[in-house]
Formats: sequence, C-alpha cells, structure tokens
Amino acid sequence: MSETMTHDTHHDEHPSGIKRWLFTTNHKDIGTLYLWFSFIMFMLGGAMALVIRAELFQPGMQIVDPNFFNMMTTLHGLIMVFGAIMPAFVGLANWQVPLMIGAPDMALPRMNNWSFWILPFAATMLVAPMFMGDNFMSGQGPAFGWTFYAPLSGQYDKLAFFVFAVHLLGFSSIMGSINIIATILNMRAPGMTLMKMPMFVWTWLITAFLLIAVMPVLAGAVTMLLTDKYFGTSFFDAAGGGDPVLFQHVFWFFGHPEVYIMILPAFGIISEIIPTFARKKLFGYASMVYAVASIAFLSFIVWAHHMFTVGMPVAGELYFMYATVMIAVPTAVKVFNWATTMWRGSMTFETPMLWAVGTVFLFTIGGFTGLMLGVAPADFQYHDTYFVVAHFHYVLVSGALFGIIAGVMYWLPKWTGNMYNEGLGKLHFWLTMIGMNLTFFPMHFTGLAGMPRRYSDYPLQFAEFNQISTIGAFIFGFSQLIMLYLIIKCIKGGEKATDEVWEGSHGLEWTLPSPAPYHSFDTAPEIK
Amino acid sequence: MSSTHGGYYVPQPSHWPITGSIGLFLATGGFAMALPDKAGDPIGSLGVMYAGFAVLAVMLFGWFGTVIKESQAGMYNDQVDRSFRMGMTWFIFSEVMFFAAFFGALYYIRIFADPWLGGAGNNLSTHEWLYPEYTSHWPTNGPGNVGGDFQTMGPWGIPAINTLILLCSGVTVTWAHWGLKKENRGQLILGLFATVALGFIFVGFQAYEYIHAYSDLNLKLNSGAYGSTFYMLTGFHGLHVTIGAIMLLVVLLRSMKGHFSEENHFAFEAAAWYWHFVDVVWLGLFIFVYWLV
Ligand code: HEM
Ligand SMILES: [Cu+2]
Repeated sequence: MSETMTHDTHHDEHPSGIKRWLFTTNHKDIGTLYLWFSFIMFMLGGAMALVIRAELFQPGMQIVDPNFFNMMTTLHGLIMVFGAIMPAFVGLANWQVPLMIGAPDMALPRMNNWSFWILPFAATMLVAPMFMGDNFMSGQGPAFGWTFYAPLSGQYDKLAFFVFAVHLLGFSSIMGSINIIATILNMRAPGMTLMKMPMFVWTWLITAFLLIAVMPVLAGAVTMLLTDKYFGTSFFDAAGGGDPVLFQHVFWFFGHPEVYIMILPAFGIISEIIPTFARKKLFGYASMVYAVASIAFLSFIVWAHHMFTVGMPVAGELYFMYATVMIAVPTAVKVFNWATTMWRGSMTFETPMLWAVGTVFLFTIGGFTGLMLGVAPADFQYHDTYFVVAHFHYVLVSGALFGIIAGVMYWLPKWTGNMYNEGLGKLHFWLTMIGMNLTFFPMHFTGLAGMPRRYSDYPLQFAEFNQISTIGAFIFGFSQLIMLYLIIKCIKGGEKATDEVWEGSHGLEWTLPSPAPYHSFDTAPEIK
Repeated sequence: MSSTHGGYYVPQPSHWPITGSIGLFLATGGFAMALPDKAGDPIGSLGVMYAGFAVLAVMLFGWFGTVIKESQAGMYNDQVDRSFRMGMTWFIFSEVMFFAAFFGALYYIRIFADPWLGGAGNNLSTHEWLYPEYTSHWPTNGPGNVGGDFQTMGPWGIPAINTLILLCSGVTVTWAHWGLKKENRGQLILGLFATVALGFIFVGFQAYEYIHAYSDLNLKLNSGAYGSTFYMLTGFHGLHVTIGAIMLLVVLLRSMKGHFSEENHFAFEAAAWYWHFVDVVWLGLFIFVYWLV
C-alpha cells in the first residue's frame, strides 16, 4: 500500500525500497506488513487444506501418503492459527488502535518492528523440515496435529525446529501485546476515558492481556517437550513419575484462552461495523465491555473441556462442564446486543456489513455446537470426530476470519483513500458464504455418524458428505483470489473515498483524511 | 534529528530489530541443527548457534546503546517513561506465567499424577496393569526408577544461605534506590555493587550445589519427575538471576558514569523490579522445591 502514502510533513529520514519495510517504526507500515504476511500464510495454509480435501474426496488413498496427509493437517492448523489469524488481528491493531484513540503511533515503535520481523523467521523454522526429506513426499515436517500431544510429538525427529518455532512465535506475540497494552493505556487522547474507548480497542486490550498470560505457558509446554526428548527429563513420561495427560493440561491452559484470543478482536470489529450500517449507537456498550471481560476470565478456568475423555475424576468432568457452558451467558449477551443494535436501524448492506451480519449468524451456530460439546457425557460421542472440526471451523472461519475480512473491507478506504469495488466485494462474500457452508455444514453429520478427525481414509458410507465438503472447499479457496484482486485494485485506484467513508461512521479514525497521513495524530484530538 | 509528535518521541527507522531476528534465528536454528537426530548424527554443529548469540549480543549493545543515548539527550518525556514502565511490568508478568507453567507441572505431578500411578483415584488401571509394584511417594523418579536412586538436596544448607543472600540483595538494592533519591551517588553505587556481588555469589553457590548434587547425590536432570522439576525450576531461576545481575551491573556502570537523576531513572527501577521478581520466585522455590519434599 506504499503508493498511497501521501507527503510527509516531517523532516524524518525515510529509507525507501526494501529498507523502508525492514527498518520501519511506523505503525501503518508495520500493520501493512502484518496483513500481507497473514495473507500469504492464509494462501499457504489454504493450499494445504485443499490437499486434505482433495485426498478426502473419495475413500481410499488417492493423492498423498498418510504421513504427508498428517503433515498437511498439522501444518494447516498451525499456519492458520499462528500465521494467518493472529498476525491479521495484530496488523489490524497496528493500523487502527492509534487511529482510534488519537495517538501519534504505537507506544514502543522499535519493538513493534521486532514483533513483526520475528514472524517470517518463525514460519520458516516451522515449515523448513518439510523440505528435509529425500523427496518432497517423504518430508519431515511435523505430523502430530496442531495440538502436538505428548508422547506422539516426542517421537518426531525434528522436534527442536518445531519447539523453537513456537518459542519465536510466542516471543513475537508477547512483545506485540505489551506494545498494544502500553499504547492503549498510555496513549489515549485527552478525554478518552476507558469507558469511551471504541469496542475494537477494548477487545484488543483484553486480548493482549490474554496473550501475555498464556503464551509463556505454551513456551513452557514446548520447553518440557524439548527437554523430555533431548535432555532426559520425565515431565510426560509415566515411567519417571510424569504423566502424558500433564501435557494436555498445560497445552489447553494455553489453548482455550487462545481460541478467545482469536475471536475477541473479531467481536470488536463487528461491534464497530454494525452500528455504522444500522446508523444507531451500539446497544449496551457497557454490557459489551463486561461481557468481553467475563469471557476472558472464564476462558482461564474451562480448559479441560478438551479432555473429557482422558479419564479425569468425575468431579473434574462436572466442574469443567458447568464452567464451560457458563461462557454461553456473556456470549449470548453480545449476540443479543448486536441483534438489538440492528433492530429498527436504517440498515444498508455494504460489503463490510454483509461480513459482519454473516459473522454473527454463523458464529452463533459454532457457539451452539460448542455448548453441545461442553456437555461432558455428550462429548464422549462427539470428541475427536468431524463434529469438533465443524464446531471450530464455524467459530474460526465464520467468526475470526470473517471478522478480519469485515474489518479489512471496512477500513480499506481509510487506508488507501480509494473505495473498493462493491460488486466484487459482494461476489466474494456470497461465494465464500456458500463455499464455507458447503464445506463445513456436512461435517456435523459425518461427525455425528462417527467419522473420526485427522484420518486420511474413511469408510464408504461417508463418501457423499465428504464430496460435498471437498467441492465447497475448492469454491471457498478459489473465491479468496477475488479478495486479493479486489484489494490490489483498491490500492491502485478507484473512486476517491471521503474522510467519513461511510454515512453512519463514528469514531476518531474517520476524522482523519483518507488515506490517513503517515503520522496519525500529531496533536492529540480532544474528546468531549 | 528527533521527530517528536505531540511531544511523544517516535524513533527513526532502526536496523536493530531485524538484526535481533537474524540473531534469534541463527541461535535457535543452530541449536536445533546440532541436536541429535533419530538417524544418529545431527545435521549441524553448535557454531551457527554461537554466531547467533554473537549477533544477539551486538544487537543488545547497539539497541540499548541507542536508547541510553536518546535518554541522556533528554528526548523522552514523562509519557515515554510511562510506556517503558508499562512495558517492563507486563514483561515481568509474562515471566511470572512462564514460571507458573513449571510450578503447575510440579503441583500436578505431586497432587495427581504420582498418587494415581500408585493406584489412587479412578485411574486404577494404569497402576494395576503397568506398575502394580509402585507405591506413590515424593520425591520420586517414577516406577521405572529413572536415573537410579538419588538423594534430595536438604533445604537448611546452601539453599537457606542462598535465601538469605537474595533477601539481603533485595535490601541493598532498595538502599541504593534511597541513595539515588537523596542524590547520594556514593550510596547508590555501593548499594548496587553489593547487590550485583550478592547476585553472583548466589549463582556461584547454585553452581556448587549442582556439582554436589550430580557427583554426590546422584540427583540429575534425568532423575525422573523430581529431577526434572528440580532442575528446570531452579535452572530457569538461576538463568534469571544471572540476567538480573547483568542488568544491575549495567545500571551500576551507568551510575558510575553519572547517569540517572532523582526523577529520571527508569532503567534502575526496571532492573530493581526484575530483581524483586527473581527474589519472589526463589521464595516459592525454597518452599516448594527444597523445603516441602
Ligand atoms: C460458546 C462457546 C464455546 C464452547 C462452549 C466451546 C466448547 C468446545 C469444546 C467442549 C471443545 C472440545 C471438543 C472435543 O474435542 O471433544 C471445543 C473444541 C474447539 N473449540 Fe470451542 N467452544 C466455544 C467457542 C469457541 C470459539 C469462540 C473458538 C475459536 C474462535 C473455539 C475453537 C475451538 C477449537 C479450535 C476446538 C478444537 C481444538 C482441537 O481439538 O483441535 N471454540 N470447543
Ligand atoms: Cu476450549
């Protein structure tokens, strides 16, 4: 998006070309880097998903061998979570948080650069072992699932690369989060009290806290794996007095807050978009803030709902069941507030609004299947089947990813100064919507019928549903090229955007010119 | 050359972060390549890792050097100072959570995993089918007697002395802070010197204790669950003491050069907070790792 940067009124040094991107301390440049990195990872992870779906088009082994299939499921999950979704949200935070709170830049700009520039190295470390085999198909990438349970992951030959990749990713996330918290708490324009902050800023404040709390725990988990394999410790080895189940506890103590890390900023984006296109204030702002805070708190005390079948004491099963279904309460508060915001609004359905409404609708389906999974006795049937796969894709694809796309469409005119092509935007939305549901809705049925997840082959009776899923996945995957085209076209030119961009827009970012100047707020605006 | 935006200092583009990334990549990638493979030989040697650490060291000198220069030149206003303070606070919180993972592992093994291996609770089958001979006990190296019989490190020898050392160092660093506030340079320098010295003495005692454990007690990193938790917790703590002592050493050297003033001494406070954090972790270790065995 470099072409769109306007003049710069300051006498700063401005390296050009590659150096600009390598050395930058500017929140917009860094946001752009994050977003493009995320898009590349999205394409890579997506290609892996299509390998999985192509293999599962028919029963029997068709295209890849089982180890390669396992590598694909593992890397697809890891790349989407750590490479696509999380960096996209950090990119949005980088672009938007200073604009929305009236700050000149992020609080710690050099560290901001470092947070980003660790990511490409971490991704390289993660994927590199795939190319270390004698030939591509026998590559030695990780093949133990994105949750890397011990002791299976301990048998992986190139475990150290995986462990250090996770360390680097964690390092990047922690620094990024520290920066976001310091920016939000320290850089707000005078008069912007906490309870006047835009919802997107609120959700990121809480997400950043979650990240700082749980990424170190993940680092601890992989460190224990590393020492168990290479240095003779026995954390996860029963013969030495350890316990493989301990791994799952440590992992999910990170893992459940992690899923909220991936949805809360999307909630924030939706809460910005719906009021704009309903031309009403967000209904129940304060209750939205408290709901996000309660979800974040609850997310720390429900982790073992991923482990109902490992053989916990019954008291544990009951506790984790009740705690889990309690999350439905604050989540429902949010969904009702969005619906009430739309109620009797003067609604229009520009592309960002389509994505936002689509998110509310489909995320809610994912929330309901979550509730079903949260019921411990029922989960014995659902666990490790495609039902779980359906659940987490409804919350992650049509929650997190749709939220990200909604935000990109919503703010793109502010970033580039140009309107995107509304026709292409709508086409992209509807094709994605159709593809997404074709892919994942049938998985509810295959899962309930007992098809286990993470297998490269399956019995004949699941064939029809799997074929529908595969067709949907290819529609979904290739429609994303429309988004790429739309974004590039919008960067290159198009109808000029006004400063407000949207008729009903609200908030500080819309008081700046479009495209937003290189340095956001030189003098802090006053908030009444 | 500075560009202040509304008074807030936004630094110029910098090559230090990407240098740091390259350093991290070489250090971790080099280490990974030097670890043994199933096939036997590692695919690399430790040279790449050392090169990575060298790059990291250069980066730290350069980056912190720049920050110190900017600070001395008065480019940071109070708001920038607050950003640094928040940054350090949340960084320490992340460190707390890192230790929490290992303390959590210790509690889980002691409270749940070990009794279950001995047949308690509803996980009887592991005991019945795999380890019927095993009776739960702590400290343990498991039903496999992994690493062979060992003895534990008693709390009232070196560990108790080390506790005293760290508590004293908490006092000396506070005394140094008082010196700084009173503009008494001598007290500042003396206090810091004592703190750094106590820190390194602690590390020395810890090293001595490890040698004793390895050669006399047969307590090793591979001594089952007890050895794992003992060495990982105390080892990471020792590493943090070393880092904290180096931070304080830098602050000491800067104090001797006349840096810091009564109201402008973020680096001192950051190092002091870190030091107190390391101190508190040690108290947890002393109680749960050494004392309550
Ligand atoms: C109403 C809220 C939710 C509830 C009650 C819930 C409940 C659950 C339960 C019980 C499982 C474990 C199923 C099993 O393995 O048998 C699960 C899996 C999962 N959930 Fe949710 N969930 C909720 C929301 C979310 C959200 C918002 C996300 C992410 C944005 C998410 C992502 C996931 C993922 C990724 C998994 C699968 C992890 C794996 O085993 O690979 N969930 N959920
Ligand atoms: Cu969960």
